[in-house]
Amino acid sequence: MSNRIDVKKTYKLFINGVFPRTESGRTYEVKSAKGSFIANPCLASRKDLKDAVVAARAAHHGWNKATAYNKGQILYRLAEMLEGRRAQFVDEIIAVTGATKAKAEKEVSESVDRLVWYAGWSDKISSLSGALNPVAGPYYNFTIPESMGVVAAIAPETPSLLGLIDVIAPIIVSGNTLVVLASSKAPLSAMSFAEVIATSDVPAGVINILTGMKDEIAPWMASHMDIDGFDITGLATKKHAEIRTSGAENLKRIFAFKSHDPARILAFMEAKTVWHPIGL
Amino acid sequence: MSFYGLVDGTDTSLKNYLGSLSGVDQVGADARAAMLATRSIKTTSKRWAIDMAISMVDLTTLEGADTVGKVQALCTKAVRPDPTDLTVPSVGAVCVYNDMVATARKHLDLVGGQHVGVAAVSTAFPSGRASMPVKLRDTRDALDAGASEIDMVIDRGAFLSGHYIDVFNEIVAIKELCGTRAHLKVIFETGELVTYDNVRKASFLAMAAGADFIKTSTGKIAPAATAPVVLVMLEAVRDFYSMTQQRIGVKPAGGIRNTKDAIKQLVLVNETAGPEWLTPSLFRIGASALLNDLLMQRMKMDTGYYASPAYVTID
Amino acid sequence: METPVSFDYASAPESRAIVSIKPKYGHFIAGKFVAGSKHFPTINPATEEVLSHIALAGKAEVDAAVKAARKAYTTTWSKMSGKERGKYLFRIARIMQERAREFAVLETLDNGKPIRESRDVDIPLAAAHFFYHAGWADKLEFAGLGTSTKPHGVAGQIIPWNFPLLMLAWKVAPALATGNTVVLKPAESTSLTALLFAEVCQQAELPAGVVNIVTGDGSTGALIVNHPGIDKIAFTGSTEVGKIIARAVASTPKSVTLELGGKAANIIFDDAAIDEAVEGIVNGIFFNQGHVCCAGSRLILQENVADEVLEKLKVRMAKIRVGDPMDKNTDVGAINSKEQLAKIIELTAAGDAEGAQRWSAPCELPSKGFWFAPTIFTGVTQAHRIAREEIFGPVLSVLTFRTPQEAIDKANNTPFGLSAGVWSEKGSRILWATQQLRAGVVWANTFNKFDPTSPFGGYKESGWGREGGRHGLSAYLKGVGHE
Repeated sequence: MSNRIDVKKTYKLFINGVFPRTESGRTYEVKSAKGSFIANPCLASRKDLKDAVVAARAAHHGWNKATAYNKGQILYRLAEMLEGRRAQFVDEIIAVTGATKAKAEKEVSESVDRLVWYAGWSDKISSLSGALNPVAGPYYNFTIPESMGVVAAIAPETPSLLGLIDVIAPIIVSGNTLVVLASSKAPLSAMSFAEVIATSDVPAGVINILTGMKDEIAPWMASHMDIDGFDITGLATKKHAEIRTSGAENLKRIFAFKSHDPARILAFMEAKTVWHPIGL
Repeated sequence: MSFYGLVDGTDTSLKNYLGSLSGVDQVGADARAAMLATRSIKTTSKRWAIDMAISMVDLTTLEGADTVGKVQALCTKAVRPDPTDLTVPSVGAVCVYNDMVATARKHLDLVGGQHVGVAAVSTAFPSGRASMPVKLRDTRDALDAGASEIDMVIDRGAFLSGHYIDVFNEIVAIKELCGTRAHLKVIFETGELVTYDNVRKASFLAMAAGADFIKTSTGKIAPAATAPVVLVMLEAVRDFYSMTQQRIGVKPAGGIRNTKDAIKQLVLVNETAGPEWLTPSLFRIGASALLNDLLMQRMKMDTGYYASPAYVTID
Repeated sequence: METPVSFDYASAPESRAIVSIKPKYGHFIAGKFVAGSKHFPTINPATEEVLSHIALAGKAEVDAAVKAARKAYTTTWSKMSGKERGKYLFRIARIMQERAREFAVLETLDNGKPIRESRDVDIPLAAAHFFYHAGWADKLEFAGLGTSTKPHGVAGQIIPWNFPLLMLAWKVAPALATGNTVVLKPAESTSLTALLFAEVCQQAELPAGVVNIVTGDGSTGALIVNHPGIDKIAFTGSTEVGKIIARAVASTPKSVTLELGGKAANIIFDDAAIDEAVEGIVNGIFFNQGHVCCAGSRLILQENVADEVLEKLKVRMAKIRVGDPMDKNTDVGAINSKEQLAKIIELTAAGDAEGAQRWSAPCELPSKGFWFAPTIFTGVTQAHRIAREEIFGPVLSVLTFRTPQEAIDKANNTPFGLSAGVWSEKGSRILWATQQLRAGVVWANTFNKFDPTSPFGGYKESGWGREGGRHGLSAYLKGVGHE
């Protein structure tokens, strides 16, 4: 009976397509449902957030310009990669949350399918929310929906993988770039998902993932003047008011959602209406 | 000056001439250039194209750190790109700053390169921001030192602010200085002109003013010689020939780094202006690193295996 | 002046090694390849070489296919969630991308179109159609067509020879995404990529009977159209046959969509970007050898720039490379069949007889195979046969106009209404023209652009319904749009 020592993973942040440690040097302990030590993920600081926003902003122009077809294929690739590594995710969910195998398998399957669902929206959302408006005059008038820019998000504590995907996918599918704070109690799914992102041809900086504490990071997201939108689905309702107050400084578009819905995509889009005369 | 009878030298006449040009659809031009880039040039055609490209290279060094030693090394390489294979043609010309022209000319003659010309960049290259007397003096120095080609830059500030007649008159003045001593290339810095409409306008302006060659860029900024920009310029020289029976040359410079890029340029020439332009007297490629890639590809075609940088010389 | 050199591109053939064509094929029914009978040869139109033998499906095979499609619909496909259906279509899209080169080579050998076109246009678009429609399968309630739409059931689909795999994708992808099962008949001269597609369905583990492919000729098509077990017909082909189908199903409850012929006008205003317009003219009529329903086959030139444009057009046409479709540098390939070549010859002879002036690009045509040099006729008016009838070959009829309204009137003066092109650098004029043109697809400052998100289909005798985009879904759902 061999007693092989396994190689334990170091969990780091995911910023600009690479895996740096937090500049603060801090970590926190994640224990299994049974109370045994699992890992020391990074405790992200506001400076990490700042770096992530810089990366996200730089990535926005290129990601926004990518064709809907290309974006859809990349999201589908995320699904392919996640499906290929499902066992790893199932194990992590079981270890950290104590869920049953059946429940963990179900969450991973739904996560893959959810990515596929959102992938299929990339080249359809503007057919549905764009419009040709019949103005009273000799003008073509059309409304073009487009991404707003850099969006921050707080992922829900549970489900740690599916909840994360329900936050990430609708934000990026339209061309936004994103900085998301993962579930604090169960961050491993998020950090492993960063590995999936890194192998799916997602351009660097489009998705940035931080691990740490909501109470520390959320207020800095709310006040950051170069963040355009904020998904606070993962934030307790009692915290919403202070976040909205702070976000009002640059009129951030702030939303919380209950389920997956194309409305989650539209919420983080702007609508541009163009007039053009018709005549000789 | 007759300006081919196209303009009479006045601002009004020039504005009418430029205003009568048809526009360029950017997406269409990009698509045409992209289609031509899919041409598959292999075997005998590729071998021919490599030698043609080598003979069209204006081997260039335009660095603040240029020294006599650096220029001499460049000149030797220009004459005999591969000393172990004398079937490799010499390049089209050597291109240097005007205070290096004398060094270049002397060294070329020393190493058996009497047939290789020296092109000098001029008129406050690369920015073009200096007074007219300084630009004229710049050019005169180069000519006196033995330059047989002058690569001048246009005043982009004047162009972008609509002072086309000033751009025109500068070209006319430099051309007059060149006389029969040198041919004149006019650099647009297409990366600063940005639109293809501007590139087309600049092309027709320069040609009417007397340019012998129109050139895309200084090579100091990006984007430089992109395929669609070269396409637009080739269309312009083609149209100019229809109007005047004069063939004006085209020189892309900057961003052409490997054999594939160079061959794509030759395809553009072939299918736009026409095979008459496939000669160093009407098409040049401003480059430095390109030459070694051409040599390595040439080696691969002759030996059958992939070459290594160790087998080509550095300059 | 030195003697000009000539940069003749050495031959750059794509390798055939990637495909393996069987000596004969049967049909694909209920998830399996079954033997066929009454085989006929299928040839490479560039060389007249026999590539394989294709089976002619008769009543028994069509019955079996419809039965298999019905069974698959009832027991499996209609019971499956949109989410799961969609995942099959994503698989198919991905496998098509993986085997793209194989499909491209096979398409070129069978059809005669240049490998560059199969490789860069046909096959990528076909895969993209599956990718796009896969995503609709579980989002139909958001398509704006009502929240309780239902598929028809079994769709009978008959496709033409000009874009074999792409036309298959345009038919099969939306049908499956909306929950229908299909019986598809490829064109008799181009069945090979459809049969390879059947292999992809197997690799994707698509449930048996969801896609059935029966090969044959017009008689097979008629059996499908008239089969009582078919709920919906989708046809792309000639207007003449489209009308036959419309009459055949008139007294039945079958739903029909048709994508038929065209005689598109390509309007060049004097303020067009001339070089790009010339490219657009060439692309509009010589792309795919002119075997395109939406081809810009009538050039309508503003009279004051006609000479300049025609001169540039001829110079440009002289650069078109006609020849071996498997050569990567070929621009225009072979005419698809002897029959089609005969039609082109007949109509161009009519052009001569009616006094139009013919000019053809100088090119060396191979001795074997079916070829026609890119040709323009000037001095054409609306009263010429070559201005009214679809030639379906690389032949352009050139007319002129004086005022914008005249251009529009000439463009619209046709029983067809599939597509049109308009070239001008003035935005308002473009939008004015697009508003006036009676055509289902209008290309402004471009031509022959296709995308799965962009609805395609014609006005008037160019057909019924649209394919692609949200609008294209309604064809395959009951009670929406057309009956």
